[in-house]
Amino acid sequence: MVFFRKKKDMPNGLWISCDGCKNLVYKKTVEESLSVCPECDYHFRIFSRDRLKLLLDEDSFEEYWPDMTPCNPLNFFDRMSYPERVSADRQKSGLKEAAIVGKGSINGYETMIGITDPAFIMGSMGSVVGEKITRITEKAMEQQLPLVIISGSGGGARMQEGIFSLMQMAKTSAAIAKFQKAGGLYISILTDPSLGGVMASFASLADITIAEPKALIGFAGPRVIQETIKRTLPGNFQRAEFLLEHGFLDMIVHRKNMKNEISRLIEYLHVSQ
Amino acid sequence: MEKMALRERSIAELENMMLELEHRIEDLENASLKGESEHGAELQYLREEQEKIQKEIFSKLTPYDIVKLARHPLRPLSTDYIGFIVEDFVELHGDKRFGDDKAMVCGLGKIDQEKVLIVGHRKGKSTKDRIACNFGMPNPEGYRKALLKMKLAEKFHLPIITLIDTPGANPDIGAEERGQAHAIAESIYEMCQLRTPIINIVIGEGGSGGALGIGIGDKFAILEYAYYSVISPEGCAAILWKNGEKAPVAAKSLQLTAKDLLNLGIVDEVIPEPLGAAHKDPGKTAETMKSYLLKYLHQLKTIPTDTLIENRYNRYRNIGKYLEI
Ligand SMILES: [Zn+2]
Repeated sequence: MVFFRKKKDMPNGLWISCDGCKNLVYKKTVEESLSVCPECDYHFRIFSRDRLKLLLDEDSFEEYWPDMTPCNPLNFFDRMSYPERVSADRQKSGLKEAAIVGKGSINGYETMIGITDPAFIMGSMGSVVGEKITRITEKAMEQQLPLVIISGSGGGARMQEGIFSLMQMAKTSAAIAKFQKAGGLYISILTDPSLGGVMASFASLADITIAEPKALIGFAGPRVIQETIKRTLPGNFQRAEFLLEHGFLDMIVHRKNMKNEISRLIEYLHVSQ
Repeated sequence: MEKMALRERSIAELENMMLELEHRIEDLENASLKGESEHGAELQYLREEQEKIQKEIFSKLTPYDIVKLARHPLRPLSTDYIGFIVEDFVELHGDKRFGDDKAMVCGLGKIDQEKVLIVGHRKGKSTKDRIACNFGMPNPEGYRKALLKMKLAEKFHLPIITLIDTPGANPDIGAEERGQAHAIAESIYEMCQLRTPIINIVIGEGGSGGALGIGIGDKFAILEYAYYSVISPEGCAAILWKNGEKAPVAAKSLQLTAKDLLNLGIVDEVIPEPLGAAHKDPGKTAETMKSYLLKYLHQLKTIPTDTLIENRYNRYRNIGKYLEI
């Protein structure tokens, strides 16, 4: 269930190094506690499908537009062609694209759901992610259901789609604006990492914004900032706790409580017309 | 060598030829001024040659050359265009929350008889200015200031013109503490809904989210030698090629020039620049831009507000390339 990057795997695969506390922790213990470090509560990155299982009522999820596939509008070729990169990440992640969207229920509340997964080209937003997020928002509006989007995106923009990628920020924000103006409830869940174009658009535009503990969240990536200002960054810089302190989150919620918190908020805020 | 056609020469060779011509012209002009001799015919010939070479250089520009032109130290800035085009400019400062970001200029003004709000990135002229303006890289308060003034324009039914020219939003600790991502997102969100016409023009650098933060509207034009991109060619090269030196290749791959963006259907129009680019004749560039602005203002005025907002939604709604199998 845990998604470990190869270089962090220990040779025998029984122990893993925690990104939060740098301790070696027993892999099985981590897996049994929802991929959370038993020492420091660091929330390991998990695959989007596993996340959906944790959040949604059993067998309630119906995925929409699963076959939507990226094009190569710029004929982009860096060290490999864009289609090659897409296939490689499909193999690696088992995902067709970085976003999964659909309808599911959370403790009985029917909800439109979107999730982006950093395991697929860093969870970056290209045309497919933009279109899926936009459509699920439009669906939520049509069916007057709450909208929950779980973001995990390291780069924000899908560079290989150039300007089309940037414009998805406009497209998704426009859809969210329309939905919210019509009275819709939108809850944004920020997971590790949520950066760049995703954060500078739909992920930041919710009625309620929640983050997982210690998730990296921001506009510019920490490495870019470090290189620009040539200073050491503060310890919890751009972590969920830092954002909470600066007033940009409604709450930080532990993975084990996430489902119940979301359903509680829906109960308070969602008004079906 | 002499007979070699211009189009077979490299930009560097052509630039050398330009330099030689310039020196020759200068000498002749000095000689004429001193009354030593008359060189009218020769001077005219040399000037024509110069123009031919200039045209040849500009027909050979690579996308990365264009990026460099967009960043040219003499390139006219938002404040120059405001000076040329806008009468009776009233600058409005401050986001009334945190501060007054100099990297963003906002104010009321008139273009001919049309009252408008102008919002633009500001890069600054002198070294001191440039530093004060953070080289045109706004902080969150810059976007919040812009949004506050745009809401004012909406309330009083003034069309909004945004002049885009930024390498990107400021990447630093303070900007993150004050919610850079949130400020940009909020600005995009609100601009999608503002009930007044909005015109966006990229005049220099269209640097990613920092550009888009004031880049939503009903008409979208770009100056001929400006660029607009999801990431800087240098940043893209560093990430995808793991090699910053690949910036020229990245610039080409990203399709970020005005011509590319027109072909991709992202911009409505490319505003032509004088031969040698905007900095060779800022006044003329401003004059051209003004005629485009007036045309757009008149067009947009006739559209009912609800239709305007719906069209604006559809403009972005329909951008994207994907397949459904
Ligand atoms: Zn730990």
